[in-house]
Amino acid sequence: MTKDMMPKFDLFQPADIETALKLLDKYGVKAWKMAGGQDSLDWFKDRAKRPEAVIDLSGIEALKGVRETEAGLEIGAMTTLAEIAANPIIKEKFGLLATAASRVASPQIRTVGTIGGNLSQDARCWYYRAGMDCYRAGGNTCYAGTPQGMNREHCLFGASRCVAVTPSDTAPVMVALEAEFVIRSSKGERILPADKYFIGPAVNITHMTVLEPGDILTTIRIPSKWAGAKFYFEKVADRNTWDFALVNVASAMKVKADGVIEDIRIVCGAVECVPRRLNAVEDIVKGSAKNDDTATLAASSAARGAAPLNFNHFKIPLMENLVKRAIRDS
Amino acid sequence: MTTTDDMAIGRDPVTRRRFIKSIIASGAATSAAAYYLAGCSDGSAPAAGSVERLITLKVNGQDRRVDILPNETLAMTLRYKLGLTGTKLGCDRGECGACTVLINDVGHNSCSTLTHGVRGRAVTTVEGLEGPNGELHVVQQAMIDELGPQCGFCTPGQVMSAVGLLKANPKPTRAEARQAMAGNLCRCGAYDHYLNAVMRAAKSA
Repeated sequence: MTKDMMPKFDLFQPADIETALKLLDKYGVKAWKMAGGQDSLDWFKDRAKRPEAVIDLSGIEALKGVRETEAGLEIGAMTTLAEIAANPIIKEKFGLLATAASRVASPQIRTVGTIGGNLSQDARCWYYRAGMDCYRAGGNTCYAGTPQGMNREHCLFGASRCVAVTPSDTAPVMVALEAEFVIRSSKGERILPADKYFIGPAVNITHMTVLEPGDILTTIRIPSKWAGAKFYFEKVADRNTWDFALVNVASAMKVKADGVIEDIRIVCGAVECVPRRLNAVEDIVKGSAKNDDTATLAASSAARGAAPLNFNHFKIPLMENLVKRAIRDS
Repeated sequence: MTTTDDMAIGRDPVTRRRFIKSIIASGAATSAAAYYLAGCSDGSAPAAGSVERLITLKVNGQDRRVDILPNETLAMTLRYKLGLTGTKLGCDRGECGACTVLINDVGHNSCSTLTHGVRGRAVTTVEGLEGPNGELHVVQQAMIDELGPQCGFCTPGQVMSAVGLLKANPKPTRAEARQAMAGNLCRCGAYDHYLNAVMRAAKSA
């Protein structure tokens, strides 16, 4: 591991969104949007990405903070994970998000790392990270999907040449809570539901999200629909700190007074390139009593259709157990 | 004839640390600096609107004027430009926490912080914890008392994380302290000793 300098780039620290958008338009694909920088700098140090201009968004105050609105909650994309984990409104209404944010990486990284950066981060596949010429890097092969490939951390679902997974702990939460993502470019603003923000390799193999070079994710809106629901979040990783999930689960559930599950959204991360909403599980448990039997039944269908690689079969029972706990213990 | 013993008796108390610092201060480290900084700047003018190179940093209560490259991390600046080698570079990837410093009293990985991002903010390194008469900080003393450091490489980072925790939360529970120290790896595995030290420091502060 080298400890020398990163390759040269020009650094811009705009104070407002308009200036940042102008810079992005000017440099196009040669620009790099940097949020907290906790992942960006690693890419540069490893020479796997070599942007000409780095646009540091951390000076843009308009992108920070948590606001209550009539429809729910608005979170600036540059709000740090530590702020989200400690925010009293989020803890009270959307404890699911606070818990997930508190499980990302390490205290030092959560202090700087942002929600927008966590949601938009690139794949953790080590072949891709090492700068190898794989499909995701624009090449014409996949090293992880081979019989000998180190694919313990890779996907069970949705492989399409690339087998990388979504590494984010907060992305499944956003899909579970039906969040909306506000994206700005010099052409205007567009709003997408969370499950349309993340894209798999069949759609675009070099992008994990819909963000184009000139786009900035500005705001995440969380509707009040699931405020105060029964939540469950669990992340399983090799190490409790810093590490990325082998599988994580986020669920929001509404239970009637008689113990019957009225409504539920349940989503797994790190099993597909995008957060995987478990529709089959939702259909099974809706209208059933929230108990051990329902949880066991639902768990058996959690990983239906999984196509494991050589070294990640363990993710199937892991996913099933997490789903069982999410329904039984939330 | 001078014997080795005579030399040992008469020699200046030049420690390894002081020797390295004097080299950095005298600029004799040109070749080392050239190694670290090689290839990071081709001398061309920066693009219009990009950051100024000559900036003022607030480090350990002092204003320091430094020439900073756009692609320079705080760990590099502290160690190789300001001679503050107490801050260690472990992984250089934000994984180990050895480079932890306080920025506005909160722990940050200085290897994953661009120096240009800390303008106007107060940086505290392990050197800045020294009392007016060279006394150790209460956290440092507690770590000695609890036998925290073994090889000692992670210790400055552990100290800074602990100081940051106690500033935000002077009376943490053991579980809170464990959480707050979770970003600092120790290859010797002295985690419980460090944790005992944090609890001791919280009690004595």
